[in-house]
Amino acid sequence: MSAVFEQIFQVGFLAAIIRIATPLAFATLGEMFSERAGVLNLGIEGIMLLSAMAGFTAASLSGSLWLGVLVAVLTGALMGALHALFTVALGLSQHVCGIGVTLFSSGLAYFLYRLIFGQQSVPPSITGFKPVPIPLLADIPVLGPAVFNQFTLVYLAIIAVPLAAFVLYRTPWGLSVRMVGENPRAVDSAGVSVIATRFQAVILGGALMGLAGAFLTMAQFNAFTFGVVSGRGWVAIALVVFGRWDPWRSAGAALLFAFVDALQLRMQASGLGHVPYEAFLMLPFIFTIVAMAVMSRNAVAPSALLKPFRREER
Amino acid sequence: MAGRPERGVQRSPPWLAGSQIQGAPLSAPLIEMRGITKSFGAVKANEAVDLSVAPGEILGLLGENGAGKTTLMNVLFGAYAPDAGEILVEGRAVAIHNSADALAAGIGMVHQHFHLAPRLTVLENLLIGIPGKSGRIDRAGGLARLKEIGRQHGLNLDPNLPVSALSVGEQQRLEIIKALFRGAKLLILDEPTAVLAPSEVDGLFAALRSMAAQGLGIIFISHKLNEVRALTHRCVVLRHGKIAGRVDHPASTTSAEMAKLMCGHEIVPPVKQASTPGASVLTLDGISTASHAGTPLREISLFVRAGEILGIAGVSGNGQRALADVISGMLAPKAGAMTIAGKAVAQFSPRELQALGLGRIPEDRMTTGLVTNLPLADSMVLPRIGTEAFSRRGLLNPTAIRAFAEAQIKAYDIRCPGPMVRAGALSGGNLQKALLARELAFDPKVLIVSQPTRGLDIGAARFIHEKFLAMRVKGCGIIVIGEDLEELLMLSDRIAVMYEGRIAGTLPSAHATVARLGLMMTGAEGHA
Repeated sequence: MSAVFEQIFQVGFLAAIIRIATPLAFATLGEMFSERAGVLNLGIEGIMLLSAMAGFTAASLSGSLWLGVLVAVLTGALMGALHALFTVALGLSQHVCGIGVTLFSSGLAYFLYRLIFGQQSVPPSITGFKPVPIPLLADIPVLGPAVFNQFTLVYLAIIAVPLAAFVLYRTPWGLSVRMVGENPRAVDSAGVSVIATRFQAVILGGALMGLAGAFLTMAQFNAFTFGVVSGRGWVAIALVVFGRWDPWRSAGAALLFAFVDALQLRMQASGLGHVPYEAFLMLPFIFTIVAMAVMSRNAVAPSALLKPFRREER
Repeated sequence: MAGRPERGVQRSPPWLAGSQIQGAPLSAPLIEMRGITKSFGAVKANEAVDLSVAPGEILGLLGENGAGKTTLMNVLFGAYAPDAGEILVEGRAVAIHNSADALAAGIGMVHQHFHLAPRLTVLENLLIGIPGKSGRIDRAGGLARLKEIGRQHGLNLDPNLPVSALSVGEQQRLEIIKALFRGAKLLILDEPTAVLAPSEVDGLFAALRSMAAQGLGIIFISHKLNEVRALTHRCVVLRHGKIAGRVDHPASTTSAEMAKLMCGHEIVPPVKQASTPGASVLTLDGISTASHAGTPLREISLFVRAGEILGIAGVSGNGQRALADVISGMLAPKAGAMTIAGKAVAQFSPRELQALGLGRIPEDRMTTGLVTNLPLADSMVLPRIGTEAFSRRGLLNPTAIRAFAEAQIKAYDIRCPGPMVRAGALSGGNLQKALLARELAFDPKVLIVSQPTRGLDIGAARFIHEKFLAMRVKGCGIIVIGEDLEELLMLSDRIAVMYEGRIAGTLPSAHATVARLGLMMTGAEGHA
């Protein structure tokens, strides 16, 4: 066991945590914006998959990774808009529509991928993002190479957390988002459009989910497979609750999950061979369940979450 | 810091054009509505309504439920587009399509149900929809404006408290501040006193008078005549969507005259016949409840005799809810005994109490009274759904259920399309009649009711009162828990006052006055 603990404070281990946490952080922030505005987005898993596929395809065909990222973000935003159309404009059930969006996006991703790349024995891959060391900061012992010798998208995630907190808590738009998730009538009677605010929040959320997908196929795996998201979207939904709908706490939740995930990867690799590796795979999810049960007992969701808004008409 | 002395110059809003508005509601109107007509399907909610408010004027808008008051104000605030008519603000015609337009025109509205986000702070609730400063929420500007409003109108609140920490009265103050914050010159208040305790009403009226004295126009919507007479300069009465009359001097007009305008006919107070109370039908002896049920009961002892109405007065939250729950079997006491018609209550289950002869009309019609999404007939038999009257061999008897509902609809003149209509579609008055019918049909020995006429119009309230008095003569013992002291004085033979979970005292109605009860309600006077 002590070998495992020795590894924890190694550069590689810390760097792995950061890498694993990045797509989760994007996805969790995306889901958080949506839910703060009162819209649960269960489409997240499918949106991530479709964005991952679209971004990979664009990068692969054009040779430009950043174009791939842009396409992934736009795909996410578009699917967010689709979810908002159903749940905000038409006021349909957020659960049903979210599952619908996930099934539709996943199906579309499989279909388009097969159409474009055909059936190949070895999945096509691209040359993904390379780590970009930040001068000076990268020279700090341990922390430097782990945190400041990463992909640009990782830095973007690190910036995204305070930025999200700023937008949510300090800007008039963020106030509208928070209030529209608590009492849409208050927003409506103040002369601000409830529908527009919710649309914007869900689209922004979708774009962030797209960024999470982009990271998976262009930085982490450099290829698209049908299992590339493998439940990260669902985990993000749990992390939003765990993070109590707050950007900082949500990011913290993503880091914690990533820590357990990185740990189980190391445990698989280390000399505990007599334990089936599936047992280790379960660890992060067991952790999530336990953490949710312990930490989220008095977490309170936005009051208007799941509730469509309609002006009272007779 | 706050202690700095103010200079003599007070910044006045531009519409405060000096001395001519002081107590002079005859100047040019601030707002004028001309020929407003609004229909919902075949129903004309407003028809050719003219209305105007001058700066510094408090206009009362009076009418029964469904007379079109709220619709008219929603037209003014931009929630509904009128079918015909125009709105003028300071002499200029304006188009108001949404609340943003209304706010821009200087119209602020305090809705009956507050439009606040409880988990956000006072300041955040004020700043919603206010443009920021260089991309950020303008906190400093908001705080300064809040302070200015506090100084100008004496309305103060801690900006950093979450709204959930405010009392109902404070939340209403926040709504008023919110309107002023946005530069409202006209303030609409929709039934503002419905949620307030008597002492809070005085505070609200003082604030409104001071705002009017500074040149604001105010529209005060209410169906409480004494309030309109006490507060307003002028008043407009709506009936069936049309102007039924205008009262130029509400203070010197009698309530009876105004009530006649509202209802279209004279309202005669019900006659209370003499009734000799018989034996006690309900006795509570030293009932105490555990602390988790709101304000718990502490050694409550009381009795109601056959043919007697006992009123329970008190400021809301002094244990009335727990008392009603114990008597109706929703809450078992931790100490004490209760008997109904001489039989001791053992389990405190609704079914047991019902079998002993208790009828109840709960405080909240929509949540504990009936099931809004089910047919009316089902809600009307719900408490006795398993009894022989409505089921056979474990199966429901739809014919009997329907027949029962139809009979009651006829007997109580419940206005509805039929027994199979969704219960939630009925108006408050008709729902209350339905709940009354379902209990009275089984001749209860004891009836417990909470807030029996809250939210009902004069006609429906009158009907309910008559039924209670008739039951009293028939020998039923009735407990009425209420906050409307006038109503309790009119109905009751005796009035008990609750204070902090105890009975502070019991008075025969003949010796009780609003002033004396009010004093007892604050715990100032005990009387055994």
